Amino acid sequence: MNKNLGTKAILIVVVLLGCVYGIIGIPHGGLKQALLNRIHLGLDLKGGVHLVLQVHVEEAISSATDRDMQSLNTALAQYSATAAKLDPKHPETISITGATPANQSDVRSVLNGNEYQNYEVSSSGNGSYTMTMKQSAIRDLEQRTLDTSIETIRARVDALGVSEPQIEQYNLGDNEILVQLPGIDDAGHVEDIIQETAKLEIHPVASGPYESEAAALAAVNGAPPPDQEILKGTAGNGGTDQYYILKRAAIVEGTDFRDAQPSTDENGRPDITFTLTTDAGDRFYKYTNENKGTGSMAIVLENRIREVAGIEGAIREQGRISGGGISQEYAQSLSMMLRTGSLPASISYLETRTVGPSLGAESIHAGVVAAIAGMLAVMVFMLVYYKGAGVNADLALVLNLVILLGFMGFFSATLTLPGIAGVILTIGMGVDSNVLIFERIREELRLGKTAAAAVQDGFGHAWITIIDTHVTTVVSALILLVFGSGPVKGFALTLIFGLLANIFTAVFVSRTIFDWLLSKKGRDAVLSI
Amino acid sequence: MEFFRSSNIDWLGKKWYFLGFSLIFSVAGVLSLLFWHGVPLGVDFKGGTQIKVHFEGTPNEAHIRQALDRAGVRDETVQSISGGGTSNDEVISLPISTASDTAHDQGRAAVEGALTANYRDSGFSIVQEDIVGPTAGKQLTKQAGWAILYSLLGMLIYLWFRFELIYGVAAVVAVFHDTLITVGAFSLTNQEISLTVIAAILTLIGYSMNDTIVVFDRIRENLALSRRESLSDVVNRSINQTLSRTVLTSGLTFLTVLSLYLFGGEVLHGFSFALVIGILIGTYSSIAVAAPMLVAYLDWRGASGKRVSLPAARGVAPKGPRTAKR
Repeated sequence: MNKNLGTKAILIVVVLLGCVYGIIGIPHGGLKQALLNRIHLGLDLKGGVHLVLQVHVEEAISSATDRDMQSLNTALAQYSATAAKLDPKHPETISITGATPANQSDVRSVLNGNEYQNYEVSSSGNGSYTMTMKQSAIRDLEQRTLDTSIETIRARVDALGVSEPQIEQYNLGDNEILVQLPGIDDAGHVEDIIQETAKLEIHPVASGPYESEAAALAAVNGAPPPDQEILKGTAGNGGTDQYYILKRAAIVEGTDFRDAQPSTDENGRPDITFTLTTDAGDRFYKYTNENKGTGSMAIVLENRIREVAGIEGAIREQGRISGGGISQEYAQSLSMMLRTGSLPASISYLETRTVGPSLGAESIHAGVVAAIAGMLAVMVFMLVYYKGAGVNADLALVLNLVILLGFMGFFSATLTLPGIAGVILTIGMGVDSNVLIFERIREELRLGKTAAAAVQDGFGHAWITIIDTHVTTVVSALILLVFGSGPVKGFALTLIFGLLANIFTAVFVSRTIFDWLLSKKGRDAVLSI
Repeated sequence: MEFFRSSNIDWLGKKWYFLGFSLIFSVAGVLSLLFWHGVPLGVDFKGGTQIKVHFEGTPNEAHIRQALDRAGVRDETVQSISGGGTSNDEVISLPISTASDTAHDQGRAAVEGALTANYRDSGFSIVQEDIVGPTAGKQLTKQAGWAILYSLLGMLIYLWFRFELIYGVAAVVAVFHDTLITVGAFSLTNQEISLTVIAAILTLIGYSMNDTIVVFDRIRENLALSRRESLSDVVNRSINQTLSRTVLTSGLTFLTVLSLYLFGGEVLHGFSFALVIGILIGTYSSIAVAAPMLVAYLDWRGASGKRVSLPAARGVAPKGPRTAKR
């Protein structure tokens, strides 16, 4: 009995020390600092910004099909067939018309070519075909769009200098991203920074500028052809909006920019130099070579025209945007926009939450006070009601908390305000197990058993009920863990850890303490309970 | 020191009183849910904008409203935060401004601007903001609903596995009763149901089950030991035996939750209110709802002529007399 007791005692001490290490590591500086290093505080305790945004992936699909449509038209020109997107509600479909029976097989082989392997081709008779992007290709594109968006947002947010930012896919809905930035208190500013990198493209200008949308429409007899659209914006950085008719298919997109820097032109005025990726460079060269001197292109950011520039020469990878009216600030902000890549699709905000730092500190204070008050109340009651055994229960309770915090330190779990409530609840429910055992022991003593037998039978009978009750609460907590988010997850986690720790302390530790007491007192022991 | 040393109360005999008590509270709650305050959903579920503002001086609500109106902000609700007459905090809420997700946070800028420009009484700072668009509101509501449903289902299955189906059903009915009364209490006191309140409700589902299981465990044990007593007597005795333990643990958990309610600050106010009510009602329901329902069902089964074998579930070996077997 004694040897067993020794081993058990050592085990308990080891667990205790391990958890203390989990909580404060090996403290270099002050104790409080060590504590904060291991246990992460949630947003509701530290203060910060929480955003959920949705990426409009259908825009990325639309861009991809726009580009494919453009290249189809080039390939099919010799067969006088045309490709167009007829249904704005289905951006993944391209319709081909105009194939004659003579060149049908040639047209067919173009459509089935390698560049269009993401599409399924179906014939609708009469020389018309429909190309629909395959589901797997769409899903692939959606996922890539989401991943690129996350990376871009991360780059943008890094510029804010946030420690421990959290940017990840949010699984509550389709194509949603969660952004959590502790320590920031201006959600508006963050939203602006993220949204500034919305969709950027360069489109060829078909005609313009026009003073109003009506004037633009008049120029094209009421409606622009299917491969063109009307957009407005202020070229440069001021003035009233002007309208342009642009080709729908973009020449290059934001993701094609490898770098962009503000610089000065030969007259010393601010301008922007940019570098494209090699692939994009080839495309850009082809276009600018064909249109040098005659055409102009529009830089479109988030469906607004930001800049219109004439094409002065063929540009491959290195280019320059210059002209009157570019201020130094504008050169800097535009080049930053181009540089950090842009979001492949536009975004909208589904949820915005901000917790100010003062509220966070108040919440911690309130939580700690409540925890201490609750714990004292319980400990005093146990001492009064169970006398000597109460000490046993109180020791187990303290150990329970230490183990709970240790778990949180080891798993780098985040402590939230409901998490603190979970700790408080664990105190109440933890002592529940002790009460169960002690009541059983009292019953056995009343039946006339010796102290040792009463302890043995008490623990034996209560064991099943302890497991039952812990399992049910852990099941609820697991459901909360799966379905909850943020603060609620924190609560579920502390509850689960606390209950697991409780099984150890209420059964193993309390039993060891009883056994030790009984071994000291000898055969005719009387339990103080 | 010991309460309840040998209590011998006829619990099942009082079941009509219990039923009456439960009915009063449930019906009051349901009436409030349907006709009075309705279900007071927080911004997490119904969407909209909620801004908590801390004022350096005592806030004057009339002036706040004037300041907002002058800047063209409409449909706002201005309320002071309950739970502390000394608090200088006000909550300004705006309903969902558009049916889509874009532009819904313009309300926040408008409120900040309006207060900065037009509120002269004292300085202020924005302490907390929650802006939930319609899509997010719907998603969160759906999630909360599924979580509660899965929780109840999980409990039912677990109890079916450990005891028998009828125990599971009785326990789930008791838990449903608890949830109804708690939600009714929120409606009666017009307190908001936010995500953390749902977490509290899920916790009290677990806790109420907890309590009911303790009583059921004892019933099962006693049923296995005695073959001759009537069902009501066994159940009564089981409840009396576990009374000490039930009241004590609930009391202790209640102490800690009360501490949370009193000292835990107003962010957790709804959460702790749900737990305070939930723990009281959860304990009550194990004795007053689950046990009588079990007895009623078994009596009905017995009365309708089916062979009533007292349901001792698996896992407890009956200690009956030895009989000769082939």
